[in-house]
Amino acid sequence: MATRARPTSLRERASVASRVVLAAGGGYGIAALATALLSLTLPLARPEAVAVATLVSFLLMPAIAVAVFAMRSLRRAALSLAGVALVLGGLLGLAMRGAP
Amino acid sequence: MKGRFRTSMAWLHVWSGLVVGWVLFAIFVTGTASYYRADITRWMRPELAQAPPVAAADLPKVAERAVAYLERHASKAKTWFIGMPQPERPLLDLFWRTRPGAPPGHVLLDPRTGAEAMVRDTEGGDFLHRFHYELHIPPLWGRWIVGICAMIMLVALISGIVTHKRIFADFFTFRRDKAARRSFLDAHNVTGVLALPFHLMITYTGVVALATFYMPWGVTTAYKGDTRAFFREANWITAPRPPIGRTAPLAPLGPMIEEALATVPERLERLTVTNFGDAGATVVAMFEEPHGLAHTPTHIAFDGASGALLEIRGGDLKPAAKTISTLIGLHVAHFAEPGLRLLFFLCGVMGSAMVATGLVLWSLARLPKLDVTPSFGLRLVQALNVGSIIGLPAAVAVYFLANRLLPLGLADRGEWEIRAFFAAWIVAALIPLARPHRRAWNEMSMLVSGLCLAVVAADLAMIEAHPLRRLGEGEALFLWFDGAMLALAALFAFAARRIAQYRGPSRTDRWHEPVLAAPAERARA
Repeated sequence: MATRARPTSLRERASVASRVVLAAGGGYGIAALATALLSLTLPLARPEAVAVATLVSFLLMPAIAVAVFAMRSLRRAALSLAGVALVLGGLLGLAMRGAP
Repeated sequence: MKGRFRTSMAWLHVWSGLVVGWVLFAIFVTGTASYYRADITRWMRPELAQAPPVAAADLPKVAERAVAYLERHASKAKTWFIGMPQPERPLLDLFWRTRPGAPPGHVLLDPRTGAEAMVRDTEGGDFLHRFHYELHIPPLWGRWIVGICAMIMLVALISGIVTHKRIFADFFTFRRDKAARRSFLDAHNVTGVLALPFHLMITYTGVVALATFYMPWGVTTAYKGDTRAFFREANWITAPRPPIGRTAPLAPLGPMIEEALATVPERLERLTVTNFGDAGATVVAMFEEPHGLAHTPTHIAFDGASGALLEIRGGDLKPAAKTISTLIGLHVAHFAEPGLRLLFFLCGVMGSAMVATGLVLWSLARLPKLDVTPSFGLRLVQALNVGSIIGLPAAVAVYFLANRLLPLGLADRGEWEIRAFFAAWIVAALIPLARPHRRAWNEMSMLVSGLCLAVVAADLAMIEAHPLRRLGEGEALFLWFDGAMLALAALFAFAARRIAQYRGPSRTDRWHEPVLAAPAERARA
């Protein structure tokens, strides 16, 4: 954990900043999409589905944030998150069309 | 691969902890104090010490006195909130909002006469409690900042657990006499690991307590954004009723309260009256939650115009709704009897200590070599560390002190207590900037110790009914409170002494201090 007295390059700074943005924005975005989707599709009574989905979202978000920082390359993290968000968004679109 | 993963998690733990550490410390300390919110409020309203509790049989009459006052002073308000007399606050607590933006009305009444109560104006423990989730800034901002900090705290906890190679051994490891950095690391590990279930629980349940505020998207899609419809369908609250537009007088509350008291065995806590003067007026009686983990207070709704019972909600929750209620119940710990409450309190103290030692550890790990001046970043972190870890306790002590010392007739007295709190915090955060770093820790710790003693002295001097002045008579609460203050004073005095004695590898200090100081300190040690 000790730091070496080596100046941090601009490239490294940008990489860290991107991961922070990706973890926060991507984490919340995916958690929000998953909550909305599960609230409509879980085979439970309506308030129960919303309650379960909302509870799960607060576990999903830190997990995504940790995953973003654990992944080797920033590009792979961004692509994975974008893929998941796309799938969730597509399913949500379908679910909302089906919902009254 | 394994090593790289651990390295990235260690990095994440250090930096996520640092960026939110100061706010988290404030949340942890004020939240921990909130376990004794009612006791703190009671201590801050010493006039109530003599007031006898209100009998349950008198409550219907008491409710009608509250309505009589509100009819005269708040007939335009959409909703009245009537806090019924409780053991720790034997007063009527009335609250109403006339229109958005206007300052809300708030008054305390004597339940026996219905006249305004003769107690000092104070926010009491409620200020500390509200601060721990709203930070005393506009609620929308405060809640988001606290929520973001809680989420980052979860990230820091998860990455902290991953970082640990020997989490079980760390339970029993505390190398007090080794180098400062080593003992701070051990203290951080012990407080973090020993109370880890509490830390995970309190952070997650804290976010869940405001779940639909932070994550409203389930309600958005399934209920078209109508949160109250969701709460109603989950059985938490009674159905909201809009005004009809036809005027009708409010039926007497007495019979409604009698019926409610006959239906529910728990203590009546609060009444809300909506749409006063309208035919669609509603009276809702809210009771203390039944004994148990879950926070499931019973709500009974009456038709305000006819007085007829409409519905009873709060029980019969389905599993997921009950889970949310239980998580919130765990956070607020209303179920905890004195022993368990103390355990929760101590866990909160450990959480505060975990955050504080983590912050100090960051700066200890980055002390520069002898010939290098400390970087701006290090200086900033050091100053913020003293400003929060010592500044906040100083501010709380001044808050209590202001409660005893400000003149009773002062206008906006409660607001002045809060101003004293922030003024003290700002001063305590600025002083360390002007002092050498280690000296600042030492002096500020002594200052907090002195302030805690001053609270006890002021309590003894200002309160004639203090048990120590009446030889055993009076309320034991004052002894407990003053005892806690003395314990805090001793803790900070001990810390100040240790800081003064400490002469470990503090590279900067040896560089900046006179050389002669070193042998003298060695002789003492």
